[in-house]
Amino acid sequence: MSTTQARERPPQPHASPATPRKFPRRVHRERLVARLLVAVALAYVLVLLLGPLAGIVYYALKSGLGVVGQTISQPDVQHALYLSFLIMLITVIVNTVFGVMVALVLARDRFPGKHLASALVDLPLAVSPVIVGLMAVLLFGRGGWFEPFFAARGIQVIFALPSMVLVTIFISIPFVIREVVPVLQELGLEEEQAAWTLGASKAQTFFRVTLPNIRWGLLYGIALSAARAIGEVGAVLIVSGAIEGKTETATLLILRFFDQFQEQQGYIVALTLAAFSIVMLIGIETFKRKRTREAH
Amino acid sequence: MAGAIKVQGLTKSFGDFRAVDDVSFEARAGEITALLGPSGSGKSTVLRMIAGLEQPDAGSIWVGEEEHTSKTPQERRLGFVFQHYALFRHMTVRQNVEFGLKVRKTPRPDARSRVDELLDLVGLGPFGGRYPDQLSGGQRQRVALARALAPRPQVLLLDEPFGALDAHVRQELRRWLDALHRELGVTSLLVTHDQEEALELASAVVVMRRGRVEQTAAPVDIYNRPATPFVAGFVGASNMVRGTVENGGLNFGGPAVTAVEHVAEGADAQAYIRPHDVLLARTAGERSFPVSVERRTNLGWVSKLQLRMTDGQVIHAELPNEELDGIEEGDRVHANLRNAKVFSLDAGDPASARGDNGPGPAVLHTSDENDVLAAQISQS
Repeated sequence: MSTTQARERPPQPHASPATPRKFPRRVHRERLVARLLVAVALAYVLVLLLGPLAGIVYYALKSGLGVVGQTISQPDVQHALYLSFLIMLITVIVNTVFGVMVALVLARDRFPGKHLASALVDLPLAVSPVIVGLMAVLLFGRGGWFEPFFAARGIQVIFALPSMVLVTIFISIPFVIREVVPVLQELGLEEEQAAWTLGASKAQTFFRVTLPNIRWGLLYGIALSAARAIGEVGAVLIVSGAIEGKTETATLLILRFFDQFQEQQGYIVALTLAAFSIVMLIGIETFKRKRTREAH
Repeated sequence: MAGAIKVQGLTKSFGDFRAVDDVSFEARAGEITALLGPSGSGKSTVLRMIAGLEQPDAGSIWVGEEEHTSKTPQERRLGFVFQHYALFRHMTVRQNVEFGLKVRKTPRPDARSRVDELLDLVGLGPFGGRYPDQLSGGQRQRVALARALAPRPQVLLLDEPFGALDAHVRQELRRWLDALHRELGVTSLLVTHDQEEALELASAVVVMRRGRVEQTAAPVDIYNRPATPFVAGFVGASNMVRGTVENGGLNFGGPAVTAVEHVAEGADAQAYIRPHDVLLARTAGERSFPVSVERRTNLGWVSKLQLRMTDGQVIHAELPNEELDGIEEGDRVHANLRNAKVFSLDAGDPASARGDNGPGPAVLHTSDENDVLAAQISQS
């Protein structure tokens, strides 16, 4: 029985290397399309992202590093950068703490009006920042609802840091929440419940189980809201009054430089902001890679 | 260390749905007790209430001498094993096992040696530095078990622990868990929908259906003396045939089975018979009835037969080939039912009422050599 089977089998191992490999035409065409798509995607990224970046770098450094140093050491430039980073810092802290809380509620709890609340979170993305600025002026400006309360306590809101922070927070609310909610949903409740049965308190469970599990989503959310905060123009322009050396942020300063035909200095400040954002994103990416490699 | 689990009148609703309805049972100290039932029977909810992960609407939970009903999960100090492992994915195997010791502030050297001990126990000593996603399903569940056991819980709760594993690994883990339990003797409550698992591992089985307890008994009694039609049908393969009680016996178109206790004369009744309790003979016996062989499937040493009774009902039999006496498809033979469990279909009959004190089924015997067993199984 076995011998007949062996005889019937053709001696293929010798035959196959002799015949040259030929792909059907269809396979060739599919490969071509795939390469073309990769090329289009790369070109898109290069032209739309790296192009402008290269432009800024070129114009900012055109007149040499001396001009860069000179511009950066100007007091109004330094103050504007300081103000931008201060606003960003406060915004990121507030949005991280409250963003995680809101995300936990949206991902875990059931309550009437949950869909509405979830939709409301996205509102800042849908509303133009200029309108956000106007809303703040209406609430806190002269004759606004909250103006008497703060005026009575001697707190200047409009044309001062509080309103600038406030509108920036408003504008960057969605980022942390939108990044963290899906991660929490995917995570589920079981790991936390396992922690409880092992004796971990709710706080221990949050810091040792939940937070480590959402850290990448959270970091991305923080990075996005930081980038959004530092780049904000419209809302801040309206509520701050853009007072030189007082309520002028880096982006407002860039606007002023361009108005005053000081493009060179405008590019230098712009490059500083862009560099910060890029360094932040690269930092997160490498940190994440390193940690994931450790985990595998 | 081991304490008994006592559950009394446990009730829980989710909205309008009553998931658990007046459930009471006791899981004896140091033994494995199985909560067996189909999905949606409320068994997992009972387990989660014992763990403190759900709050009961009514009833009480005791472990050993302590009442646990309104304690938090943290205070109960029970080990819980989830169906999908629920390992901390950002921690290594070691860190997972160590977690329960760390949060309870066990001194470092003690925690270290305890983790080593447990990793050895579950046979994962060399895997301490791995992350959960680098392990197989069976290994993950062993880590989960080690993690649950690390803080020396009074009681181990297992929620379908083998449910997510393939059949081969499940078998292996089942044997392993059995050996582990013999070694540790920790009171364990095992939730499962797999009756084989329950019968193999547990020394007592609580059968649940629709949020209620159907029967609590030793595995052998669950199998041989089912208290309700549901248990008879759910545990083990069974034929269900219907008939009417005439002259104190159930009639299937022949002088079939006699001695029907607890079932009133003239009542409609259903009988549950295991396929291996259907006996066939070429000649009519004292209490046999005629059947025709419609189908015979030879599985090597046994054959599965599909038999049709004269009133049209079908029974399936499974018999060793050597006992078949050459019976083939198309043959007309005589069937004799051994160990039939009869339940009245009449709602008013006490045998069909699923009350807590209702009498068990009348166990019928068609052969004289069998002892007459009047099964009186009442739920504790």
